Amino acid sequence: MIRMDWRRKHVLGLADFSTEEIEFVVDTARSMEEVLTRDIKKVPALRGKTVVNLFFEASTRTRTSFEIAGKRLSADVVNFTSTSSSVAKGETLLDTARNIDAMKPNIIVMRHPASGASHFLSRHVSCSVINAGDGSNEHPTQGLLDLFSILKAKGKIKGLKISIIGDILHSRVVRSNLHSLGRMGADLWLCGPSTLLPREMARSGANLTNDIREAVRDADVVMMLRIQLERQKTAYFPSIREYSRTYGLNRGIFSLAKKDAVIMHPGPINRGVELSDELADSAQSIILNQVETGVAIRMALLYLLAGGHNAAH
Amino acid sequence: MLLIEGGRVIDPGSGKDEIGSVVIAEGKIMDILPGAGAPGKFEGRVIDAGGKWVLPGLIDMHVHLRDPGYEWKEDIRSGTAAAASGGFSSVVCMANTNPVNDHPEVTRYIREKAASQGTANVFPVAAVTRGMEGKEMTDFAELYEAGAVAFSDDGKPIRNPLLLRRALEYARAFDFLILEHAEEHELSEGGAANEGWTAFRLGIPGIPHAAEEIAIARDILLARQTGGRIHIQHISTKMGVDLLRMAKRAGLRVTGETAPHYFTLTDAAIEGYNTNAKMNPPLRGEEDRMAVLEGIVDGTIDAIASDHAPHDVYTKRCEFVGASNGIIGLETALPLSMALLAGGKVSPARLADLFSAAPARILGLKGKGFLRRGADADVTIVDPDAEWEFRESDVRSKSQNSPFFGWKMKGRAVAVLCRGRITHSLLHGVPPDV
Repeated sequence: MIRMDWRRKHVLGLADFSTEEIEFVVDTARSMEEVLTRDIKKVPALRGKTVVNLFFEASTRTRTSFEIAGKRLSADVVNFTSTSSSVAKGETLLDTARNIDAMKPNIIVMRHPASGASHFLSRHVSCSVINAGDGSNEHPTQGLLDLFSILKAKGKIKGLKISIIGDILHSRVVRSNLHSLGRMGADLWLCGPSTLLPREMARSGANLTNDIREAVRDADVVMMLRIQLERQKTAYFPSIREYSRTYGLNRGIFSLAKKDAVIMHPGPINRGVELSDELADSAQSIILNQVETGVAIRMALLYLLAGGHNAAH
Repeated sequence: MLLIEGGRVIDPGSGKDEIGSVVIAEGKIMDILPGAGAPGKFEGRVIDAGGKWVLPGLIDMHVHLRDPGYEWKEDIRSGTAAAASGGFSSVVCMANTNPVNDHPEVTRYIREKAASQGTANVFPVAAVTRGMEGKEMTDFAELYEAGAVAFSDDGKPIRNPLLLRRALEYARAFDFLILEHAEEHELSEGGAANEGWTAFRLGIPGIPHAAEEIAIARDILLARQTGGRIHIQHISTKMGVDLLRMAKRAGLRVTGETAPHYFTLTDAAIEGYNTNAKMNPPLRGEEDRMAVLEGIVDGTIDAIASDHAPHDVYTKRCEFVGASNGIIGLETALPLSMALLAGGKVSPARLADLFSAAPARILGLKGKGFLRRGADADVTIVDPDAEWEFRESDVRSKSQNSPFFGWKMKGRAVAVLCRGRITHSLLHGVPPDV
């Protein structure tokens, strides 16, 4: 196992993660996975520590994943969910943050509809902050679990053709993946209708295409994004039907990819829209592995931020 | 009697730029005497202006004083104190108060409070439409009689082009001026920063250049159609400058201003979700910044105004998307603009034009914007060599929303006279009158 001095207090995004840090988190997650194979899937590493899940946006899988991760480490996990954003209703995010901080948690896990909300939170609380998705900015734990899932399926990242297809403009998953997969040397492709694929994204170093065939051809990994209808005030494309026909992944298009290519999706899937039923449930889909890996990644981060690593040495 | 002795007296209107002394009495300029020496016998106060520039009192033609209605952000007393401290003897305040300045009573309130508590001349701008709702015109003539110098729905773009057409047409009969916050709302709505790489990377919804440029083009075309006078506020984009240049070449009655942040910063300043770099229009890219500079140099842009927009801490200490737009600017506008002199493309006289003569000319402010016998004794004395750092503790405004704290500045106003009264002084032995 790689050893490193973990000094990070917050996980706000992968933008400032070094490759060493990314590798270290993945390595820690591997040892967490070992815990998950045991009969009793619980270790006392975070006993007496409190983790608050502060969710300002609906989420089932991410919140549950963090909750399970915390509980497997014996932390006390408290869920605070408010689907109305703090901007819209009464209390400011600053006040909410200070109130929660006054209850002395060790870690706040936050999801918020505003980009940069967790950066803001981290400046105003004394505990650690994990960003569980902030607007269209980042979703660092998703980025890490995607990377770990690809590593498990492919054994490497460097040189793989990885294509991400869908709503690039609004996706925080893409922004985190650009940092992690990009930094690890993947040949990244971003694909979607031009209204959802800003030309400026070329500066990220990824290849841009509006043609799903070009994106999928010879790909090692095809990651489909949920088309987020709820984020769109005016239509970015004419209809779901046209979107699905032009940017949906089906057996025919996927046959252009490498024989051993895998399909990923951060969920929840719009079945039959961006991804056909058949492919979602196929042997090449590693969507459920992503979910499984997510728990280990989140355990690793909670463990590292709670000082488990330093305490053990 | 008061004498400003031996300074570099710059009057952009007449092109005079020479060492001289300014004699002031009863709130007026009595005389300008050539040469460094004082007249043989002078009974009254003397301000030694050796090594300093003596300019016609600076006029900030775009300020939000927040009074009435938002006095916790700023009021007329604090706003004019900030103005004096920044070198301004006059400010032109926008109508987006609460209540909106759409009624002569509000205009009179501002004038009267400024007269009794202010340390600068305050020229109110009245709203173009009632409640700034973009539906019905306000009573232009009556508001003008009450003291409004121009009309603007600044802060809320006028969406309906027919209404703007009518307003321009109606105003033409009185030669009233309309100041336009140029923004096509359908394109900008929901946006919080310049549409570009920085905003994409940070996941912040963008405001495209076209939102501003389409509105500028519309405004220019309506000025052409109606023969009315329009002034484009806070131009931030390259194409915006190009459109104004084209309109002027076509001989249209169109003028324009920019703010110091548009030629000083780019959207890179929002990095780290810095809400003190959030304003509307947003900070743009480097190409735009350079084009705004070029517009200042070639005379396309007539005036520099601060768009002083005070906001309390809590509307800035929050998520970027939810934060208020705008920054305070009265105390940094002049020093930031003095950086323009470094390249030699902007002369001190041109700077005085941008900050004084041009706003007075555009707004028709009588007795302002020039340094000649008979002018109001509004004078700004500038030390071009003063090196200083802008600190939070120096701020006279009630609000502290500025991205410029910690900046090293060169040049500042060391004294300001407003109708003969010393409203600001950093000069030894020259205490302010207020």
